[in-house]
Amino acid sequence: MRPFNLSGIGGFLAKQGILVAFALFIIGFTIANERFLAPDNIMGVVRSSAILGVMALGVTFVVISGNLDLSVGSMMSFATIVVLDLHDQIGPALAIPSMYAMVLCLGAFIGFLVGYLKLNSLIVTLGMLSAIHGLTLTYSGGKNMDIADKEGTWFSMFGQSDALGIPIPILLFALVASVLGIVLAKTPFGRKVYAVGGNGTAATFSGIQRARVVFTCYLMSAFCVATAGLIQASRSLGSQNTVGQGLELEVLAAVILGGASLLGGSGTIFKTVIGVLILGFIQNGLLLVGLQFYVQYVVTWIIIILAVWLDVAAKRGKLWSPIA
Amino acid sequence: MSSQTPALRLEGIVKTFPGVRALDNVSFDVMPGEVHALMGENGAGKSTLMKVLGGIYQPDEGRIVVNEQPVVMTSPLQAKSKGIMFIHQELSLAEELSVAENIYLGELPKKSFGRVDWQKLYSETNEILGRLKVGFDAKTKVGDLSIANQQMVEIARALTVEAKAVIFDEPTASLTDAEKVVLFDVIGDLKTHGVGIIYISHRMEEIFRITDRISVLRDGQYRGTLETPETDEEEVTQLMIGRKLDLSRNVSHHELGDVALEVRGLECGKLFHNVSFSVCRGEVVGFYGLVGAGRTEIAETLFGLRDPTAGQILLDGQETTIHSPADAIEKGISLVPEDRKGQGLVLGMNCRDNMTLPQVNDLKAGPFVAEGAEIAIFDQYRDRLDIRTPGWKQLVGNLSGGNQQKIVIGKWLSMHPNILIVDEPTRGIDVGSKSEIHNLIRELASQGYAVIVISSEMPEVLHVSDRIIAMFNGEIIRTFTSDEVTEDNLIQAISGIIPEKVA
Amino acid sequence: MEPGTLSTFLKRGAIWGFIVVELLFFSIAGEYLSLSNKAFMDLDNMLLLFKQSAPIGIIAIGMTIIMVNGNIDLSVGATFALSAIVLLNSMTWPVFAGLGDGVIPIAWALALVTGILLGALNGLIVWKTGVDAFIVTLGSMLGYRGLVFMYNGEQPTSHLNWTLVDFAEAQFMGLHTATWFLLVVTAVIWFVMNRTVHGRNAYAIGDNRTAAINAGIRVGPHMMINFMIIGFLASLSAVVFYSESGSVNPNDGELYELWVITAVVLGGTKLTGGAGSVLSTLGGVLAIQLLRKGLGHIGADTETVNLVIGLILIAVLFLDRQLNLKGREALRI
Repeated sequence: MRPFNLSGIGGFLAKQGILVAFALFIIGFTIANERFLAPDNIMGVVRSSAILGVMALGVTFVVISGNLDLSVGSMMSFATIVVLDLHDQIGPALAIPSMYAMVLCLGAFIGFLVGYLKLNSLIVTLGMLSAIHGLTLTYSGGKNMDIADKEGTWFSMFGQSDALGIPIPILLFALVASVLGIVLAKTPFGRKVYAVGGNGTAATFSGIQRARVVFTCYLMSAFCVATAGLIQASRSLGSQNTVGQGLELEVLAAVILGGASLLGGSGTIFKTVIGVLILGFIQNGLLLVGLQFYVQYVVTWIIIILAVWLDVAAKRGKLWSPIA
Repeated sequence: MSSQTPALRLEGIVKTFPGVRALDNVSFDVMPGEVHALMGENGAGKSTLMKVLGGIYQPDEGRIVVNEQPVVMTSPLQAKSKGIMFIHQELSLAEELSVAENIYLGELPKKSFGRVDWQKLYSETNEILGRLKVGFDAKTKVGDLSIANQQMVEIARALTVEAKAVIFDEPTASLTDAEKVVLFDVIGDLKTHGVGIIYISHRMEEIFRITDRISVLRDGQYRGTLETPETDEEEVTQLMIGRKLDLSRNVSHHELGDVALEVRGLECGKLFHNVSFSVCRGEVVGFYGLVGAGRTEIAETLFGLRDPTAGQILLDGQETTIHSPADAIEKGISLVPEDRKGQGLVLGMNCRDNMTLPQVNDLKAGPFVAEGAEIAIFDQYRDRLDIRTPGWKQLVGNLSGGNQQKIVIGKWLSMHPNILIVDEPTRGIDVGSKSEIHNLIRELASQGYAVIVISSEMPEVLHVSDRIIAMFNGEIIRTFTSDEVTEDNLIQAISGIIPEKVA
Repeated sequence: MEPGTLSTFLKRGAIWGFIVVELLFFSIAGEYLSLSNKAFMDLDNMLLLFKQSAPIGIIAIGMTIIMVNGNIDLSVGATFALSAIVLLNSMTWPVFAGLGDGVIPIAWALALVTGILLGALNGLIVWKTGVDAFIVTLGSMLGYRGLVFMYNGEQPTSHLNWTLVDFAEAQFMGLHTATWFLLVVTAVIWFVMNRTVHGRNAYAIGDNRTAAINAGIRVGPHMMINFMIIGFLASLSAVVFYSESGSVNPNDGELYELWVITAVVLGGTKLTGGAGSVLSTLGGVLAIQLLRKGLGHIGADTETVNLVIGLILIAVLFLDRQLNLKGREALRI
């Protein structure tokens, strides 16, 4: 079997493959269409990636701690529907904190099941995906939710306004990413997340309260989902019940693309942001060169497989799997 | 033993890994109908040699000869087709499947359309099980069997083909005495059928009971072959470790301090019961017993990982309850766990982060981890324990076993515990690091730590302990001082033989 | 009694017990709450239930063998949609214009081959790259969906063939065509998993992969065959469903993977592989469908179905854990 040279180009590609791919895409699309690198285009891409991005930040914590969260999509729909409904009932100033509280309760419930009861996170969040979807439909009665007075509310600022020339969704994304990035990389809690995901038993033997760490990760994920729902609701000021449907897997794709292992213990916020931006730029670049939006699905597929393949190949030192 | 051509011969096998010469020109042979013991300390190269034989590794030099035919083996399956069978130490069974399916794993008899020929499968399996005189049949689900019976299933696999050589890797590790007798009968049976047997074990009494010759490996090198009837334990040991076995007792008595830990009538379900002992500051108490005697479980209970069902734990004379490892750490108890890789370390994390993991909450500069303080702690213990690593950024998974163990010990020393529990501190560690760790344990005691050492190695407990507690089947049989302990009375105690009460 | 026996027993029979409870509950509650006068356990109602279970059920049977094997397939929904498009579109191809109804078997075959190829591609990638099946099929879930859109943009693909519709709506011995397909698939896959070497090896691989490799079982081909089986079944499900409906939207089949996995887990298949049964999966599928119909029957909002199923899934997981607890002396990890 041909050894996979770790010190050569292959090794570099395997380790930094995601950045290299990112660079190649940018170069390629720039050549194909010079508008690609125009500031307003870049701004547009980041802005439209913000919702997916904010959710991916929270899921990064969950994945590093060694779990999955498939419920973020339907939880985002829930957040959007609830905040839009409450907006007209109790006003935006109360609606926003109420929505956050409700979404955090859902996150706490999942965190309790996975952290304290130690139930399998894939199944729990799969169940919650369905349950929260049902909750949303029950809440809204299956109808679309719209704000009555779309012109006269300051609520639209989170999705539609600019500050310092930068759209608010981008600022929110950047703010949450910076805070969570620092929490993960620099605080004792971040260290514990890596330990719990890397080897939960050893973490327990080191006196780390694993259940509490996992619980907190799901709370953070819920917080991010609530923020994403806020941006979504504020941007559109009206929503279907299924606005977040399918996002859970796209979010996971971004996190994996960023290099987090589904086994836990590895990944960073910075890399997740890169993963999110790659997805955003691919979509945008393909549109700019005149392809339909769905071409990005195929491209994303190929990139995910290649990225993870190179990663595992570098770890085992062989390009091809040794499975007979 | 009519034929004098070896069933299996290894000639000048060399296998290197980056930086290590794991096997250096190893040659030995197994005659048909011979039981040939392969001995050596952990890390001597036995398992590498077996992986070469099993086709998992390819040797860099040398060749393998079966029945005077040189062979190249690239997979376990190929080894099997050449008549070389392995009985693995780690069970490699599919627990949800039946005994028959496990025994014929990969070789289920087929009928048309890829159907399994169940009749043939069950009848052949039952025949083999009959030879092993076991109390279960072909249709039993493996997951429902005891560990010992699962081991018998593993052994039954070797009987499915006309084996030329069978390799037993620590087969008795989890067998009871009665089951061992059956195993030895099976080995005798294979012998009379002219099968060559390689028997890997650390247990001298077994080696001398059933083997014909003994080959010894040390540091990847072949050290010689002895005729079993013409040698004794001492000669073998000397060959294995390159010097005489150090059975010296701990003599350095010094002043003991107050009682740091006292345990009264502690019980945890069926795991252990009526356990009472105390440990003073400055004292090393050794726990000696067979695997499964309940020693590790006591340590885990003291560390808050198990709920005791009865009894009291007193720290510095105060009765206390330990709810969790975090609680135990708070109360000054540290545990160096038995399973270094599974329980002690996060292999994917660097050395520094592993070492400071239990106190990461306390090493803060504002809301952040104080990395400078962490590096200082790491440097201090790297120097004190002589941990050899390129730097703190090195991933722990890349270190050798001895250095990994020192990281774990360093991690717990840096917590400045009152009571330090070390469970199998030198398992899988080379001889040099072993004595370093022993010296360290003694030194810690002299500095006033109360130390509990759990070990399955008699020289180790004898060497480091002030007192030795012998356990059998979840009970303390006897407590020895280092003056009264002898190898004989210690072995008797851990076999459950209660000494006559001396007035 | 050996520890775990009760748990095993409950696991084996639990899903059928649950179905009985559902039937009783909805029959009794229906007496008081139902708006219609029809009994819940009406024969026609039950026959319809089987028919409606078929699309998800056929795929779930395939997912059982994938999960027993220790893998997972998230791309079944997209495979379902793509096969449906091939089925309906190929009937309009000019090449087959002169064949009349003779195009039907060709269209079926093309659709089924599509499914097998998509499955084989997944299996090949899992085998050759060693990337976890979860990630591989997460990727192809997106990729195959992209292919669905590329085929006909965002337009629905339609073609109604009345011979096909008649066939799909036919009832043989009281059971609908779709029901027959579900039952035959269940029987065949049951046979494959319990009576053939391939099936038993699939269990062994999921149970203890290292042991299987050491015993010389070729893990890769077995996994690939299983991915081809689920690809085939996903397209068979499409064939059965779209023969009748005659129109496919590019979004069809979305979230099928999640429904299918829910049914398989309800049926007691172990997530880590090595244990699971096709019959219990069938039970899981029926239980979900029963719940949908039952809640409708007693006049509950159809919206609550998702809520109830999600919570039941979590409750099952919780019960399973409680039954497997080792008591106080266990290590608290």
